[in-house]
Amino acid sequence: MSTSQPEMSRRLGAAGRFNEWINHRFPLQKLMREHVTEYYASKNFNIWYGFGVLSMLVLVLMIVTGIFLTMSYKPSAAEAFSSVEYIMRDVEYGWLIRYMHSTGASAFFIVVYLHMFRALMYGSYKQPRELVWVLGMLIYVALMAEAFFGYMLPWGQMSYWGAQVIISLFGAIPVVGEPLVEWIRGDFYISDITLNRFFALHVIALPLVLVFLVALHIMALHEVGSNNPDGIEIKEKKDANGVPIDGVAFHPYHTSKDLVIIIGFLILFSAVVFFAPTGGGYFLEYANFEPADQLVTPEKIHPVWYFTPYYAILRAVPDKLGGVILMGAAVFVLFLLPWLDRCKVKSIRYRGWQYKVALATFTVSFVMLGWLGLMPATGIYLLLTQIFTLLYFAFFVFMPVYTRMEKTKPVPDRVVFHG
Amino acid sequence: MVRLIIAVTAALFLLPAAAGAAPQIPLERANNDVSNIPSLQRGARYYVNFCLGCHSAQYVRYNRVARDLQLSEDQLVNNLMFTGERPFDTMTIAMPAEDSANWFGKVPPDLSLMSRARGTDYLYTFLRSFYVDENGNSNNKVLPMTSMPNVLWELQGLQRAVYSNGDGEFERFESIRPGSMSAEEFDRAVRDLVNFLDYIGEPIQLERRRLGIKVIAFLLVFMLFAWLLKREIWKDVK
Repeated sequence: MSTSQPEMSRRLGAAGRFNEWINHRFPLQKLMREHVTEYYASKNFNIWYGFGVLSMLVLVLMIVTGIFLTMSYKPSAAEAFSSVEYIMRDVEYGWLIRYMHSTGASAFFIVVYLHMFRALMYGSYKQPRELVWVLGMLIYVALMAEAFFGYMLPWGQMSYWGAQVIISLFGAIPVVGEPLVEWIRGDFYISDITLNRFFALHVIALPLVLVFLVALHIMALHEVGSNNPDGIEIKEKKDANGVPIDGVAFHPYHTSKDLVIIIGFLILFSAVVFFAPTGGGYFLEYANFEPADQLVTPEKIHPVWYFTPYYAILRAVPDKLGGVILMGAAVFVLFLLPWLDRCKVKSIRYRGWQYKVALATFTVSFVMLGWLGLMPATGIYLLLTQIFTLLYFAFFVFMPVYTRMEKTKPVPDRVVFHG
Repeated sequence: MVRLIIAVTAALFLLPAAAGAAPQIPLERANNDVSNIPSLQRGARYYVNFCLGCHSAQYVRYNRVARDLQLSEDQLVNNLMFTGERPFDTMTIAMPAEDSANWFGKVPPDLSLMSRARGTDYLYTFLRSFYVDENGNSNNKVLPMTSMPNVLWELQGLQRAVYSNGDGEFERFESIRPGSMSAEEFDRAVRDLVNFLDYIGEPIQLERRRLGIKVIAFLLVFMLFAWLLKREIWKDVK
């Protein structure tokens, strides 16, 4: 029995009529259903599945705190350092906003690295999620650029000299290297001009790219559906209504679970912001409390901790161009992961020992390279850097071979869940 | 006395040879406590008396210091402000940078953030490690050949370095002329001064920790309710 339009409107009430008015003009209800109330994800998500939503949370946190910082920050070589101190001392709660932003930068990389590690463990990059992975990698590259531009803005010694080291890497490119470096800096050395353009890139260009890529990442994910710790496609087993049997709606199930994870994260985040805002000299480096001085080189120059694995790889070879190529390859090779891995089974729970050993070795190598990037590149440190660089690349280079040899365990029909 | 004047003045005019060189002695723990208000008040007084002649603290406002150190405006003006500043001014100095560069070989750095850049242990050890070296010059074991004179010599007296007979390694300092303070009093004075430098490095730090406890307490309670909500929603999921 169909109901006539006026009768239905009467029954709906004001709020309902407003909803209807919207939905005739904008697919609000459709979007809500597709992405929130009727987006089904596996019920057996563990803590590793929280780092996606945490990355989103940190992105929002960075944008909001960033907007407020921009209101008081001055992007000029003469005033940048002082304006940061002005924020820290004279702006109401400026210190809190600034510490949230500086801690957020490190937190961003922590959650993104753990998010990526989750993908490596449970094969989330594999068919049909290759594009989700590639888009995620693009986000990662954009994030690195964003972090690099942002680190220059406080105009401290490490801002200046860290940027000096990284920009000079482009000088290793044959023929166009030096003019390219000049073009990036907009000057013969890192100056006010460089700071201004990095500010522009940091506060508008890269954030736009990031938000756009995050939207694509989520759209691609929701098209294919989320993976799970068992690496089973839950869409293959549906009930009479077409709902995956092992899936639960994103809202209210996953949202209520994510809320607990978010608060847990915020507790750890607050512990750093309020009790150790310098993060032991890793989140805010001590040398950066001295204003940039192009005549005085700090004792130790190294990039911030989240770049040090690549910085270590850069220094593993004595040749500058070779190091730059190797460093670029270390990032690029990650894009190829979905096609290098030949194993049909997704989750590490059911994969052979070969991948488990390879992933463990890769993880240790990445962490060790991160540590070695903070150490001088001499003697035993250099040797270790070279060993771990080889192991880092071995993970990818031999992947088509060892993943084909894996003796996998049988994958169950349904996800493992202990309600 | 003559030797002393020569030592101090020589130090004043000597150019730095190796500024930024690594400390030659291990750093001692400052063990300062930024919540100790009387210590901060003493430290502020040492700062304006002994440091502020040459070292600005350009991001630090006098009235902010007074507020945080629980001083009235009268106490502030009478005890910490000797020139024509107004209470809302920052701790700048009148000495032109060009002159100080000529006199010391280096412009004395601003100290607003020195505790954050170098650490309190560094400052504590540095200020206690001035000595009269073999050539009769004022020198420092933490920052060798520093262009800074031992401005606290009247309090500390003068000391020389004692090296072991065996390998010639530095062993300890030995007083060669007592100052107005005993060794313990002087250590306390330096600790107070470093405490003040720690405070001006980040004036908000006490409030930051207080707020942090409230925020984390709130989040813990919030987490309990969020967890109960999650449990309620998930109870039918089999």
